[in-house]
Order: sequence, then structure tokens, then C-alpha cells
Amino acid sequence: MASALYNSRRRRNSIAVGFSIGATLFGLAWLVLILAVLLWEGFSGLSLAVFTEMTPPPGSAGGLLNAIMGSLVMTVIAVLIGTPLGMLAGTYLAEYGRYEKLSSVVRFINDILLSAPSIVVGLFIYEIMVARMGHFSGWAGAVALAVIVVPVVVRTTEDMLTLVPDTLREAAASIGLPRSMMITRVAYRAAKAGMITGVLLAVARISGETAPLLFTALNNQFWSMNLNAPVSSLPVVIFQFALSPYKDWQSLAWTGALIITVTVLALSIFARALTSQRKSQ
Amino acid sequence: MSIAAVTVPNVTHTATDTSTLSEKVSVRNLDFFYGDFRALKTINVPLYAGKVTAFIGPSGCGKSTLLRVLNRMYDLYPNQRATGEVLLDGENLLSPSQDLNLLRARVGMVFQKPTPFPMTIYENIAFGIRLYEKLSKSELDDRVKHALDRAALWNEVKDKLGANGQSLSGGQQQRLCIARTVAVRPEVILFDEPCSALDPISTAKIEELIDELKDDYTIAIVTHNMQQAARVSDFTAFMYLGELVEFGQTSKIFTTPSDRRTQDYITGRFG
Repeated sequence: MASALYNSRRRRNSIAVGFSIGATLFGLAWLVLILAVLLWEGFSGLSLAVFTEMTPPPGSAGGLLNAIMGSLVMTVIAVLIGTPLGMLAGTYLAEYGRYEKLSSVVRFINDILLSAPSIVVGLFIYEIMVARMGHFSGWAGAVALAVIVVPVVVRTTEDMLTLVPDTLREAAASIGLPRSMMITRVAYRAAKAGMITGVLLAVARISGETAPLLFTALNNQFWSMNLNAPVSSLPVVIFQFALSPYKDWQSLAWTGALIITVTVLALSIFARALTSQRKSQ
Repeated sequence: MSIAAVTVPNVTHTATDTSTLSEKVSVRNLDFFYGDFRALKTINVPLYAGKVTAFIGPSGCGKSTLLRVLNRMYDLYPNQRATGEVLLDGENLLSPSQDLNLLRARVGMVFQKPTPFPMTIYENIAFGIRLYEKLSKSELDDRVKHALDRAALWNEVKDKLGANGQSLSGGQQQRLCIARTVAVRPEVILFDEPCSALDPISTAKIEELIDELKDDYTIAIVTHNMQQAARVSDFTAFMYLGELVEFGQTSKIFTTPSDRRTQDYITGRFG
């Protein structure tokens, strides 16, 4: 059977497989390298002080407490603003407006927003909030992050609701369930894991965003929970410290990057676990 | 006026047998459209109160479509419309003023694939009841037990009412769906190929159930299985290419059909 044609096909196949594996390894190698350097540099600066002390002036000891808290507070507010908006819009797209023309327009615009450079979002909020209020503020930072949360949640909500089989909707309708209850009590319940995953992924996405915060929340070297004033955040501190010529600042930047990476990784793993749990049901 | 005889000449109405029966549902001159496609052509057929009516015919003949008109399920989708009349106790349920939720509480449906809600077994049943009635905990418990009893499922699930409905076997899920339908106390129950995803033992259980349910409900069943139609139904309607070819007592349809196409279908020559 091993004709010349068959042999050459086999040869071409092994070459193609070889290239594919090579490309995969090439991509993975960089990823591993980045992670390795991050772990190496980040761990060496990790200490209790990182979580208990404020960002220091150059040359003295300190931590990242104000930056961690700032990031946490702004992320929570952004999620609190963005999630209800995103879920309602996603619900409209998947349920009420599934067959409407308006929906395809909204879907298209949402996709653009989803891939819009975050610096544009930062500039937008700078224009409508920071410039008008006359100063940088934590609120502006949170709103900028919320603008990034919305399209992610819209998309996952719609996708997850679309995955809920129509037969389940029909079953709900068949016992006389009004549409609103069919959505909130049956469809949401069936899509719950996926929708939570969407929110987690949105959190993961915004917890590393620097550009929108540079123009809005700016930075604050001291402990401040006043959202009407500039608020510190991990990504901006990393940005500032990593570019500085001071060794101790650079070390703190590495540690901050490690904290963000580990958080995002944990969120992603948790999100994955939720989705696979849903599939195995 | 005998409704069926008007436009469908082949309808077998043996006056002696059906004159004592009352029509729970009367389908009159029903046309149905998916966009521009006419899926049902001038259908006239009765569903007699307390009887089982089977709809048979090859795939795509419109039998499921007809069933989905009876509870206006098609209303969930765009570009589907029905013309003509479907009378439920004399009231046209196709009228735009018809409240769909109330209609569906009166005309329940069991689907081809078991569709338990993603909640506990107890909640699957109680959910529908709570929609329309305000009951105390013990009354609700009774109703849930009664519905599960009715669906011959109580003994199998009484110790795990808190388990997820989707954790049951296929046959149990389908009986759970029947219990859910029965629990809201409908007047008519529509079965859309309820056994096509089930094994023979589960199928036998469901058929037995349908036989018991017909004392209290008017039942319509769509099936691809002709033995099943013969076993469970009192009346049979044979549909072909969107038309109702023949309607009559099941014994008559399966022994001496008057239309050539019916005979060809039930003897397995096509379909």
C-alpha cells in the first residue's frame, strides 16, 4: 500500500506537525520565561511589609498597601456598576431582543467596545469626568474600569443565555410561566455558572489595566480612601516604580506584578472550574 | 354542524360513537405559516373531552406544528403565524386578546426531550403551582406528592426530593415533566413524542400513565410509533404534507382506513 503518493503525503504531514509543535513551543517558551522572571524577581521582594506599609519614597522601606486597597476598591465599584448594566443588556440581546434588528447593531457596537484600546476609555472618562470635576479621582477610575467591564459581561451573559436550550424555555412557557420569570427563575439558573465566569473574567481583565487609570485615578503615594481624590492602584504604581531608577522601587514593582498575576491566575482557574462543573452536570 | 365533514371528505364520523362526546378543543380551518411556507393546510379536527387523540404521519407532515398551535407555543418565535380558529371550550385561543400564560396553564405540554428545570425535584413541581395558587407549606407538600404520585414517580423520588431534577434518569425526568404539567391542573395535556428518547420500559410506563390520565384530562399525543398510537389512543388523526388526511376512531383507522395514503402509511409502505 505504501505507494509514492502515500509516502509523500506522510512526509508532508510530519513536516506540518513539526512546524505546529515548533510554533507552539516557541510561543510557550516566552510565556514560561516571563512567568519565571516574574516569580524570581517578585518573590525576592515579597514580605509582610508589602501588605502592611504604604508606598515609600525612594530609598526607604515600604509596601504596596495603599495601591492594593485602591485597586480593590475601584475594582469592586467598577464591578458593581458594570455587572448589572452588562447583565441587563446581555439579557435583552439573548431573550427579549434576540430577533430584533436593534440587537445586531448593539451586538456589533459591543464587540467594538470589547476590543477598544483601554487608553481610549481612559481618555473618554478624562474628558467627561476628570476635566469637568477639575481633578483626578477614584470615582473616575472606577467608572473607567466599569466601561471596560460592561462589554465583557454583556457578551458572556448573552453567550451563556444563548446556550440555554430553547426546549427549556418552551418547558417554562408550557406551565404558564411569564417571560420575566422564565428568564430570572429558569434561564438565569441554567446559565448561572457561565454568567459568574463572565464577571470573574471581567475582574481579571480590569485588575491589570493601567491606561484607563493613568488618566482618571492617577496615583497617590499615601493612604487615601477618599474617592473624590486621586487613588493609588497596583498597575499605576508598577508603571511608575518600574520606570524609576531606584532599585527598591523596581523591586516593589516586580512584587506588585506578581500579586496581580497570581490574582488573575486564581480568578481564571476558579472561572474554569465553575464552567467545567456546569458541563459535567 | 359536524365540523370536520365540511372540508375534509375522508373524516370518518360514526355518529353513534361520537355524538355523546363533547369537543374540548375544536380546530377549524387552521392554516399555519413559517414565514411564507404553509405548514398546515385547512386543518379541521376535534379533541374529545377525556379521550386520547393521536397524531401520526411521516416527519414534516405538520403534526408537531399542530400541537404547538394548541398552546400557542409558536408565539415564542418570530415569523410564525396561524389563521383560522382553535376553540377551547368554545373560546378562540388564536384571538390576539388571549392571555398566553393563562392559556398554557390550561393546556399543558410534555416535550420530546425531558426538560426538567435546573432545580430540585420538589421545586420542579412546586414552582408551577406557586405561580397560580397561594398555598401553605403542607398544602403545597400535598400537591407535590399528589402530582408525583399521578406521574408514578413518587415511590422512586420520595427520599430525594431535594436532589437536582436533572440528576434523574431519562425516563424519570420525563415523568417528572409529566408531574410538573399535571401539578398546575391543566385541562388539556399535549404530548409531543414523549417517548422517543426513552427505553422500552420507560416507554411502557409513560403509556400506562397516559391511559390513567385520560380520565381527568383531554390528551393529544404526537408519535412516530404507530403501535404506540394504536395502544394509547381512542382517536387517531393521520397527517400528510400539512394536510389532515383522515381522522377517526383508532380501531377504525388501524383496521379499515378509508384513505389509500393512510393505509400505505400504517402498513409501512412509506414514511
